Amino acid sequence: MSQATLRIQKISGHAGTVPGEDTQREFTVCKLVDTTTCIGCKACEVACVEWNDMPFSQTTFDNTYQTMPDTRWNYWNLILFNEHEREDGTLQWLMRKHQCMHCAEPGCLEACPADGAIVQYTNGVVDFQQDHCIGCGYCVTGCPFNIPKFNSVTKRMYKCSLCTDRVSQGLEPACIKSCPTGCLHFGSKDDMKFLAEKRAKQLREHFGYENAGVYDPPGVGGTGVIYVLHDATKPELYGGLPSNPTIPLAVKFWKHPLKWLGNIALVGGLIGLFAHYLRFGPKAHDEPDVASKEGD
Amino acid sequence: MDASRRDFLKIATVGGTAAAVFGFDLKPAFAELRTLKIGRASETRSTCPYCAVGCGTIIYTIGDRAKNVTAQVVHVEGDPDHPTNRGTLCPKGSSLQQEIMNDRRLLKPQVRRPGGTDWQDISWDDAINEIAARVKKTRDDTFVEKDAAGHTVNRLESVAFIGGCTDTNEFNYLVVKAMRALGVVHLENQARV
Repeated sequence: MSQATLRIQKISGHAGTVPGEDTQREFTVCKLVDTTTCIGCKACEVACVEWNDMPFSQTTFDNTYQTMPDTRWNYWNLILFNEHEREDGTLQWLMRKHQCMHCAEPGCLEACPADGAIVQYTNGVVDFQQDHCIGCGYCVTGCPFNIPKFNSVTKRMYKCSLCTDRVSQGLEPACIKSCPTGCLHFGSKDDMKFLAEKRAKQLREHFGYENAGVYDPPGVGGTGVIYVLHDATKPELYGGLPSNPTIPLAVKFWKHPLKWLGNIALVGGLIGLFAHYLRFGPKAHDEPDVASKEGD
Repeated sequence: MDASRRDFLKIATVGGTAAAVFGFDLKPAFAELRTLKIGRASETRSTCPYCAVGCGTIIYTIGDRAKNVTAQVVHVEGDPDHPTNRGTLCPKGSSLQQEIMNDRRLLKPQVRRPGGTDWQDISWDDAINEIAARVKKTRDDTFVEKDAAGHTVNRLESVAFIGGCTDTNEFNYLVVKAMRALGVVHLENQARV
């Protein structure tokens, strides 16, 4: 028996209902990342590797402070450093904590064909279950943030689990706890949205960032990680944060209309076959029975 | 509904069979989670040894300090009750577990002799005795009783003391007492604990 305490509300590739769905009251958890107070110290990166006991891998120096170009299967949390030149020629150094966004409508879960390989708990956390994963990589296609990463040895996909082991026991995720400047916050989605809006208002009114705002994209139903940005109209500046992320059309088409059409074609074919049998009976052989008996 | 004992047994049998045949599976309701690795670990409060900020940490070790368990560090994180950092840690502090659980960590005193190129192991007793002898010799050779103007100063200018960041008030009190007794004037420390 598993010691799990988080109840599931969505299951990938699952035929039928989700038992116990909507039977319990639980709030949605959320990480708030205030990019305006991030100093790029990477304590969250280290805390993540440390807590999850992930093996060390070589870092890449690319003339920035960024640890490596992209997240890896064993590196779920990465600060992206971006030097942005403003119109007046001054430089703005933008840092963003890049990790799984824990979308309310997760593209990875939508795209996943394996039953139970990706689940969403009632507290909103999207989690990969490696023992059900078949390593097909469809989740990469479904994810608008390019998060799931493949381990070629175990042939499984990995990503940030939002420290389910900690969160299910009432603790905050490891990255949140470590952050020395307090630019990371953790709590209920409502509380985090309130805090984020408050901070954005402060930035607009007192710091001269007229376009400061909160990044909580509706295209994926809102995310379990929300950002406060200096310029919410240009999220792309922060290491390619998509301004309107959605589940790719191909995935939606593949998982819905095409699936139904396929089912209709299959069942229709069988019905047609049966109808044909009723109407015309079994196939009549042209050769007389005697001929086959002669061959015996 | 008024069900007799016989009716109840019938219903239970039919219902149980139906559940067994058509399937009643609660497994998908929960997913397998990793268990909290510090769930029943022992917590020990400590101080980060790196910089002068002196962040409070909690060292998590396996076991509940029972007699037959050799505790081993499984995790280190910030101490939320510590006024300096309130649970947070910098990247160096966050990696403390690697410092403790490290093959290259020095666990015993070593000495590099004058002109030597490599470090040799030395016992604590020998190390302390040798240091004491050298301090004594240095003090005897260079103690200043009177300065150039003839004032009595009784000071030892050739020895200095440098403290670390995890030194507590109590420790530093003893340091000052001991060093002033020798006549040491150069005391430096980065502790804020």
